[in-house]
Amino acid sequence: MNIAFREIEGRSAGFWLFFAALGLLALIGVSSALYMEHHGHIVTGMDNQIVWGMPHVFAVFLIVAASGALNVASIGTVFGKTPYKPLNRLSGLLAIALLAGGLMVLVLDLGRADRLIVAMTYYNFKSIFAWNVILYNGFFAIVIAYLWTMMDRAGGAWYQAVGLFAFVWRLVLTTGTGAIFGFLVAREAYDAALYAPMFIVFSFNYGLAVFLLVLMGFYKWTDRPLGDMVVLRLKNLLGVFIAASFYFVFVYHITNLYFTKHHGLEAFILTSGGIHTALFWVGQMLLGYALPLAILYSNLGNSRAWIALASALAIVGGLAQMYVTIIGGQAWPIELFPGYAVSSSFYDGVVHSYSPSGVEILLGIGGVAVALLLTTFAVKVLRFLPERLDDETVAALHGAK
Amino acid sequence: MSESKQEHLTGSEQPESAGRRAFLGTSAAVAGASLVPGVILYSAAQGRAPGEPASSAVRWGMLIDTAKCGDGCSDCVTACHDENGVAHKTGPQDPQWIRKVDIRNLQTGARHSLPMLCQHCEHPPCVDVCPTGASMKRADGIVLVDRHICIGCRYCMMACPYKARSLVHEPLTDQNPEVPRGMGCVESCTFCVQRVDRNETPACVEACNAQGHNAMLFGNLNDPESEIARTVKTYATTEVRADLNLNTGVRYQGI
Repeated sequence: MNIAFREIEGRSAGFWLFFAALGLLALIGVSSALYMEHHGHIVTGMDNQIVWGMPHVFAVFLIVAASGALNVASIGTVFGKTPYKPLNRLSGLLAIALLAGGLMVLVLDLGRADRLIVAMTYYNFKSIFAWNVILYNGFFAIVIAYLWTMMDRAGGAWYQAVGLFAFVWRLVLTTGTGAIFGFLVAREAYDAALYAPMFIVFSFNYGLAVFLLVLMGFYKWTDRPLGDMVVLRLKNLLGVFIAASFYFVFVYHITNLYFTKHHGLEAFILTSGGIHTALFWVGQMLLGYALPLAILYSNLGNSRAWIALASALAIVGGLAQMYVTIIGGQAWPIELFPGYAVSSSFYDGVVHSYSPSGVEILLGIGGVAVALLLTTFAVKVLRFLPERLDDETVAALHGAK
Repeated sequence: MSESKQEHLTGSEQPESAGRRAFLGTSAAVAGASLVPGVILYSAAQGRAPGEPASSAVRWGMLIDTAKCGDGCSDCVTACHDENGVAHKTGPQDPQWIRKVDIRNLQTGARHSLPMLCQHCEHPPCVDVCPTGASMKRADGIVLVDRHICIGCRYCMMACPYKARSLVHEPLTDQNPEVPRGMGCVESCTFCVQRVDRNETPACVEACNAQGHNAMLFGNLNDPESEIARTVKTYATTEVRADLNLNTGVRYQGI
């Protein structure tokens, strides 16, 4: 059975207003980066203690969510679940758009963003960062090829093979993103192999939350039918991914709590870390995990509005998690002399504070806007969205090729 | 590779420097000619002639005796920052190539004061993680940043266990032409590579000796006859975070 895909009309005032608002946010984000580029990082809240700040919170979130957004397509292609097949184009599109937004933020935050060509031409192959540059570029190429196999009859023969390759690539990519932190021996909060699988599970969670919101948003605004069969499947899956995220975070902390040498760090994150503790318990645990799980697995989980809220909460939890992981991990001082109290003019031995500046946050929001802008533009000009996703249409796909 | 990178880090860093480069080149040639006999002697010892690549026969190292390090004295810091054109500011965004660290044993209460700088590791995590290869270790063990290919990603700052690196957060003025720096790039102690290549000791060591503390000993760890090699062979010395197995070029005595 064939599914009919069609561009969205996108002629209403509401559409253009949405489009213009995203464009404006993207423009503000880029302008913020130019301001940083001109004056230097002195205009940010980042310093020699907190070297990665809000731009990285947004960028890593978007990059992790990008690989996760591709999962929906993988479930259809690799695992043969045909009801997911009509969603695979949007899944690929979101993966590309989120990655583009994330990378834009990451690149524009560089001290020398003008040297992007250097980053693309000089590689130190022992650096996981260098590998990530290759993995990100490859991801774009592979997912574009994947979309081609979905959207062009000529590419159809390659659909399974490219889909499998894209699935493996995205797992490697998120392994690489997690390893950016996992491979850091210097800082207590990192230096753990668990980061790679944990980030993969985070990506399932954040990517699907974004996917659900975008899917429901587009179908509601364009008045296209979207049946419970699709939505309830996805929301159940989101629940599983949120629970799995909690599991990994639990294992990470319980392991640290077992080792006396990490008690200081754990006490900082879990009890005395101020904003980090608040974001961990309220942002990540309550808003990111507990509330969405309660919504998704109760009767509320049958309501679109509540599912949208649960997805939005999972995203809020994801941003909180990135803040705690990235900023919290740096705020805890590096241990130069175990067993000693340390002090210096360079803030040794003290918890580092961080007040993000407006330009950093605006750059991050700009990345989100670019991701949504690309997605909105693409669904207007190309056939990414099925005309109908009602239960009857989706049910007819069961067992179909 | 280290040879070409060394070229970057000496003469050619200044963008507007075509004329100056020629001038420097001529000056170097004149100076070189007048110093030929001395240069040959230096080479035989441990310095290196202009154009001669750094050699792995040398491993520059430093031994810091915390018992001799003056509590409250920061002459090494002042001298370093004067030599390298680093502003003497200590805000969270200001670079510090060397800093005095005060430590107190939590069990015994024993106190020590010591300078902390780039430890010039044999296996530097900053070099491992640098995506472009801008962070690099010279053949003679000095860890440097190639300012031409540093993109300012700060991953090295995340990776350094000694917090030895700083990002230049704002535009710079009044730079030392011998010590190229630039906004948006990461930097750290170079062991005063410009001085070492002239067979002088780093500015911090000179200042410490001038003060009469003699707490900092600089030399070639690979030369069994050097004072530093003999001292580390004779006395117990420690690496900071020895558990990381980085084989630091800077070692400490008295802690």
